[in-house]
Amino acid sequence: MLALTIYLSFAGALLLALFPRAWGRASRVFALAVALSGLAVAVAGFIEAGTQGTVSVADVAWIPAMGIHYTLAADGISRVLVLLTGLAAVAGILFSWNIGDKDGDRANEFFAFFLALIGGVYGVFLSVDLFLLFVFYEIAIVPKYFLIAIWGSTRREYGAMKLALYSFAGSAMVLIGLLAAYAAAGSHTMNLHELAQYNFPISFQMWAFPLVFTGFAILAGMWPFHTWAPTGHVAAPTAASMLLAGVVMKLGAYGCLRVAMTLFPHGLDPWGFSFLGIGSWRTVFALFAAIGIVYGAAVALVQNDFKFVIGYSSVSHMGLVLLGLLTLTQIGLDGAVLQMFSHGILAGLLFATVGRIVYERTHTRDLGALSKLQLGKAMPFAAWLFVIAGMASMGLPGFSGFVAEVQVLIGAWQAFPWFAVVAGIGIVVGVAYTWRAMQRAFFSDAPMAAADGVPVPEYEPVTWAEKAGVLLLAATSLLIGLYPRLLLDVISPAVQALPHALLTGGRP
Amino acid sequence: MTPILTTLTAIPALAAVLALFAGNRTSVARTIAFVATLLSLALSVWIWFAIGADGSMKFVERADWVPSLGIEYHLGVDGLGALMLLLAAIVSLMAIAASRKVATQPGLYFALILLLESGLFGTFTALNFFHWFLFWELSLIPAFFLIKLWGAEGRGRAATQFFVYTMVGSVALLLAFLALFLATGSMDFEVLTRMAATGELASAIQAHLGPITLWLALAVLLGFAVKVPLMPFHTWLPATYSKAPTPVTMLLTGAMSKMGVYGLLRLALPIFGHELAQVRTPLLALATLTVVAGAWAAAVQKDLKRVFAYSSINHLGYCLLAIFAVVLPSSSSATSQLSQAAALDGVVLQMFNHGLTAAAIFWFLTLLEERSGGLLGIDDFGGLRKPAPVFCGLMGIALFSSLGLPGLNGFVSEFLIFRGVFPLSWVSAAVSVLGLLITAAVILTVIQRVFTGPLPEQWKSFPDMTAGERVALAPALVLMAVLGLAPQLALGTINATVMHLLAGWRL
Repeated sequence: MLALTIYLSFAGALLLALFPRAWGRASRVFALAVALSGLAVAVAGFIEAGTQGTVSVADVAWIPAMGIHYTLAADGISRVLVLLTGLAAVAGILFSWNIGDKDGDRANEFFAFFLALIGGVYGVFLSVDLFLLFVFYEIAIVPKYFLIAIWGSTRREYGAMKLALYSFAGSAMVLIGLLAAYAAAGSHTMNLHELAQYNFPISFQMWAFPLVFTGFAILAGMWPFHTWAPTGHVAAPTAASMLLAGVVMKLGAYGCLRVAMTLFPHGLDPWGFSFLGIGSWRTVFALFAAIGIVYGAAVALVQNDFKFVIGYSSVSHMGLVLLGLLTLTQIGLDGAVLQMFSHGILAGLLFATVGRIVYERTHTRDLGALSKLQLGKAMPFAAWLFVIAGMASMGLPGFSGFVAEVQVLIGAWQAFPWFAVVAGIGIVVGVAYTWRAMQRAFFSDAPMAAADGVPVPEYEPVTWAEKAGVLLLAATSLLIGLYPRLLLDVISPAVQALPHALLTGGRP
Repeated sequence: MTPILTTLTAIPALAAVLALFAGNRTSVARTIAFVATLLSLALSVWIWFAIGADGSMKFVERADWVPSLGIEYHLGVDGLGALMLLLAAIVSLMAIAASRKVATQPGLYFALILLLESGLFGTFTALNFFHWFLFWELSLIPAFFLIKLWGAEGRGRAATQFFVYTMVGSVALLLAFLALFLATGSMDFEVLTRMAATGELASAIQAHLGPITLWLALAVLLGFAVKVPLMPFHTWLPATYSKAPTPVTMLLTGAMSKMGVYGLLRLALPIFGHELAQVRTPLLALATLTVVAGAWAAAVQKDLKRVFAYSSINHLGYCLLAIFAVVLPSSSSATSQLSQAAALDGVVLQMFNHGLTAAAIFWFLTLLEERSGGLLGIDDFGGLRKPAPVFCGLMGIALFSSLGLPGLNGFVSEFLIFRGVFPLSWVSAAVSVLGLLITAAVILTVIQRVFTGPLPEQWKSFPDMTAGERVALAPALVLMAVLGLAPQLALGTINATVMHLLAGWRL
């Protein structure tokens, strides 16, 4: 049944591409209907599978001569991420509701690319055949490029090209690793489950693991390969930023776990020597992740473009995901997957606030300029929304971020105490940049215009679509924050089912 | 038994004579060319579906011709040949459809195109060197005149360069096959392949001519290396492709460049596979260079025709890479045989895919050229999506097929090539991945500079595609998607042929 998410999205994209241009409003209604039915399927599939292990979705021979099959299946991790994709898709369309108002918007094309991207993302999360996974992974790159290059803002051509090239470079590395694994395992199958049974020689895993992991981690925004993320986020239209931070970066983290770590668990083993205290790829990447957490947060602290603040915060939060994965403990991995979900929701909320609700009305994202606009009074909805989203994002208990980050930190504490400390510092800086952005954008008491007799500016009221999108995302975050078992009961068995070699936990 | 293949080759040749009589009446000449090519296409579609899936030669025609010289009229097609016939017919049809404005002598123009098509059919069906070579040369002459008479400024030089380079290759081929005839008394591909497989051929050459087998192999290789081309024998190509009238470029890159790859598979590997295996490493290095440097050269071009000329070098470089990776001496393990099969499946499919995609891209360039009054610089345009969304959308499909986007045809064949080459020569495969990456950058740059960005004043009313143009291009684009989603449609027959070929070779 979950396969329907893929077909619905692509069919919707295809139909939208054929819509006449003048049907701006019809396009967005149609796109919303498609996204809603995708979400409905994702929810139904999630409920139906319950706490089961892997459920098979489809299995058809595709290119039999090469052992390539169209195989889809979903374990708990996939089902959670499919759910996230469904939510992000619906919210993204709700926050793009102004596209289609004007004739020049080309709404049908915008939503066609949007749904094609969503379809590719669903596909990656559900693929078991590596060829298929790679196909969907590549398919997701192209619509992203167009969404940014055509409907973007600040330096959109540069941002789009940089993002596409980073993504392609990452997928080239992944391709080399996949082909090598396929050849080494005797060239019979591309099935992930079957390949995972094969014991690749340790020396092989030692080079294949870092290659494939890095290839995917580029898309997850791992430091020092993260630079595409802030420029891409800033250049993208709001809905695309939401998808980019919300689900596309998750593709990278998902690939790290599902492909690199599952196929090559011994690539994480110690080298047998150590240099400056670093003795394995696992430590190398954990170090990168920890640096990313602090670095992303520190850079966010000094940005003046509101969207850059959120862009860099994504780098920081994705660092936590990667750190959680590398703990190789049950709790750390649970936390990492939950953090993927939580950050997907919260990044969506933050980008929506900044890019849609504030920017579309004030036409500036400069924190200095915003501080003079008394947005706290003029736009109370946006102000309170940012307070809530910011609190959730900095890890306030009660929201999804807290449960996820705590688990990652506990895992990290067991595996790499030093990095846990560094990550803790990052979280503190996270509080600081969120606070600073909030202060400057909404509650600045610097030259109060009202004191000079200038009236508080009037802005368009918040639309129903914006409210609906906010409600969807905020309620989800709150629900998961208050009752994390809803997802954790599904994630934990899937983490336990990962290859035994991976989960020996707390290896030095 | 009806001589199907002879009929197929004769149709365009006869139509060429008819077209000559059309003189200055463009529509008459074009209609003749259309009807003849549609007939050929129908016939080659039928052949493709009729050859079955056992991979052996079908529709064989044999007749004595000059027995004293070992020359026999011997035709036949397997999956490889049939797919190339199909490609030649499709690309010819596209080229004729794209030739809407012929400056002078339309009768002669279409006659030459038909003659070229006939040469292609002959080359892809002949199984005896003598008349294979006849057709190989026959296709060269119309191409030369098409460039020389209807090309852009600087055409004379380009045509001469094209002719001389290809001729050097042809002479090398001819000399090598004359030596083979002296040593064995046969010019038949099947006979020579059998002799090569048993090792008889090498000893016959050794006995009659001395230790020159390797040199003969290199001479044959040179002939094809120029045609495909393999770097550093490519220097004729960019000038030729950019100076030729764009519909002719469609034929050059879509179909004629495949003659070289076809020759490698039909002549060089079966007969000299064992010798080529001795120089495998340098050949792989050159193929890798072709892939990477071809893509890089495309990245720095300013003229759209030159961009795609170099991009063609890059795309056919993957074929060369796979072919040279396959000539692995003493590969008996099941795994490496599987990889060889995958690589060659990829090559055959890539020949078709590149032909289709490159022809489509140059067709779009023709449309662009017609609208811009001849301008084709990458900096001459910008923002065309606004006035011409359909044009940009459809050309985008062709461009993404060239980029190798999954879901379209190019991805499958390139994936198969990499999947096959990787186990056989992982270094060259890993380096060649760079070519994929640079190609992606090239294509995205073209899209960015031409389709998006600010719209110059002069293109404010750039006309979008007409209904007729959309209908004309649709089949090619649909075929790209079909082959991308269901490659098995072609791969079944291709794989059978490749298995049959591999079984008959000694590498």
